[in-house]
This record gives sequence, structure tokens and C-alpha cells, in this order.
Amino acid sequence: MTSSNKSIIDVNNLVTHYGERKILKNLNFSVEKGEIRVIMGGSGSGKSTLLNHMLALLTPTSGSIVIDGVDVVNANRKTLLKLRQKMGVAFQGGALFSSMTVGENIKLPLQHHTELDEHTIDIMTRLKLELMNLAGFEDLMPSELSGGMLKRAGLARAVIMDPKLLFFDEPSAGLDPVTAVELDELILKLRDAMNMTIIVVTHELESAFKIADKITVLFDGEIVITGTVDEIKSSKDIRIQNMINRRARDEHLDAEQYIKRLTTGKN
Amino acid sequence: MTFVQKTHLHYQLLALTGEVDLHNSPQVRKQLLAIVESGNSVIVDFSSLSYIDSSGIATLVETYNLAKNKQLSLTIVGARGAPLQVLELTNLNKVFPMKDSLDEIKA
Repeated sequence: MTSSNKSIIDVNNLVTHYGERKILKNLNFSVEKGEIRVIMGGSGSGKSTLLNHMLALLTPTSGSIVIDGVDVVNANRKTLLKLRQKMGVAFQGGALFSSMTVGENIKLPLQHHTELDEHTIDIMTRLKLELMNLAGFEDLMPSELSGGMLKRAGLARAVIMDPKLLFFDEPSAGLDPVTAVELDELILKLRDAMNMTIIVVTHELESAFKIADKITVLFDGEIVITGTVDEIKSSKDIRIQNMINRRARDEHLDAEQYIKRLTTGKN
Repeated sequence: MTFVQKTHLHYQLLALTGEVDLHNSPQVRKQLLAIVESGNSVIVDFSSLSYIDSSGIATLVETYNLAKNKQLSLTIVGARGAPLQVLELTNLNKVFPMKDSLDEIKA
């Protein structure tokens, strides 16, 4: 795949393994600047593995991942650190430090990576709390927040440095429908006002259709399709149709391989 | 980012050009707080500003509050595009006096 000047992420021929098991099978895709890209797929499709590779937390077997001009597979620590300051990550459960207040958690990146005045940092923290509908919660401990609030606090920390690139893992998982819709709207606003490129990893179809410019669908470690919401909806691929219509997959059974797996534990 | 300070009527006007971000917002903060500390109301001209991040917005909030406590004012002029969207996202367009152009500011 050729990379264009407009792209901020280029994944080329990405192959990864856990042990002998091939997880990602030759992935190729690009994400343009300012795009909201949703990466969809069921459990075990490889989407979380792909996310971890884009964050340079795992090393692939082969292939390349270029983010904002940096080859993350071969970059040295210093280059990666610099790149990571332009990236925000909101993890599934919020991933806040339990021994710090919500406010302390959110301002942590600013205290570590900038020399901003403490007044500026405090106001920036409160601006993000307001944005996430968490005004007045800065002195609470994470254990005092609900699941939805934790997720929003995690998002506040992810965007505290106004990253160019935001990765968001399962934004709506475990949220009530109203909170999930609010979070979707917030993602759209962040992109528009802050010029962010946002990568959302999810299995929530409704949310994906609402926010995505393009959707990349993974199935068993392969990209089935990358396309706009309309292209996904009109796809004739049976796996996509099953996903949209929430049908259980009817897998083809390879009898010989099945017996081999049962008797030897190997694929 | 560059800025130019000049006198406009009885205000001090700070015209920002380019992008205000984490690296240069401390300079803007120093300048804005100094203007207000010296007893002047301030106009921040956004006409040539293409981007402002949250540290820049936080600086405006701090300056606005200091000005208010001193019975002075902070007015934003010419905000459009991304900087206007950031002000709207944070609802500060409903707090700061906003003017389209300097012509709207009377003595």
C-alpha cells in the first residue's frame, strides 16, 4: 500500500504471532489526518492486538507501522517517547491510578511532560473535566466513580495534552445507552474542535455507524473490508452481513484440522 | 507563534499569529498577565490565529479572571475556524466578550 501525505497511520504487510499462533495476517491500511476510523471485529478478531501494535507496545513478526512519519517498529526509545506525547490513549476501564485522585490522574501527563505553570495545569484539568461532564469530581478517588465516569476520566487524561492522535479502546462497552451516545457525540466534537485523528476500537455497531468516517472490519486476523458506513452496510460479504444482522457465525469445519487440534493441541 | 502588542483606544491589544500550543503558551500567559497586572483591559486579537490548544485556553481563563477581579476586561476579537470551535467546545464563547472585528469596540 502506498502512503499519502495526508495519512497519519500507515500499516504495511503487518504479521504478528502469539507463540506459534498467527494473530494478524498481513494487514494493510492507512488512516488519514482528521479521520475517525473505527476498527471493528468480534472477540479474538485481533483488534486489541492491532491496537497494541499501533501503540508500539508489541513487536510484530514482520511488516511496518508508520505513525506521523515515525517507523514505530524500528524507532529508538527517544523517538517513540516524542511520538507518544502526540498520542493519547483511553483504555477500556479508564486505567487510572487508584492511589491518586481523579484530578491528579488527569494532570499527570502535563506534570511529567511540560513545564506549564501549576495554575495553567489546574485550569486545563478542570476544562477537560467539564468537557467530560465530570465537573466537581476532581478530588474523588477512582474507586468512588461509576464505570461510565471512570471511562470519561480516562478519556480526560488521554486528551489532556491535546494529542494529534487519540486511540480509544471500547468506548461504549459497559455503558448505559444514554452515556454511550453522549460519549459518541464527544468523540465527534473533539475531532472537529481539536483537529484530532481518532482511532476507535469497538464491537458496538451502533456507535461505529454513528461516528466513523471509515470502518475497518477484522475477522480472524484479516481485514474483511475497509469502507465508509454505507459501503459496510451494502457489503455482500457474509461475515459483514452476519455482523450487521447479529447472527452467530457458522464456521466451516475442517474435520482433519479439528481432530488434529483436539489430539495434539496444535493447529 | 508570534504576537504583537499595541494600544487600541484605552485597551492593550495582543494580536496572536500562528499556533498557540504547550510550548509557547507560557509566553502568552506572561504577556497577558503583565498587561492586566499593570491595570489595563485587554483585547486578544484572534484574526491571524490558526490554532489554540487547551493551555492557551487556560491562559485566557486565568487572564479573564484576574481582569474581572480588578474590574478590567478581556475581549476576544476575530475568532473563527478551529480557535472558535475550541471556545465553543469549552463554552467559553458564552463567557468571554466576543467581537467579530475591532470596529465593534468603542471607546
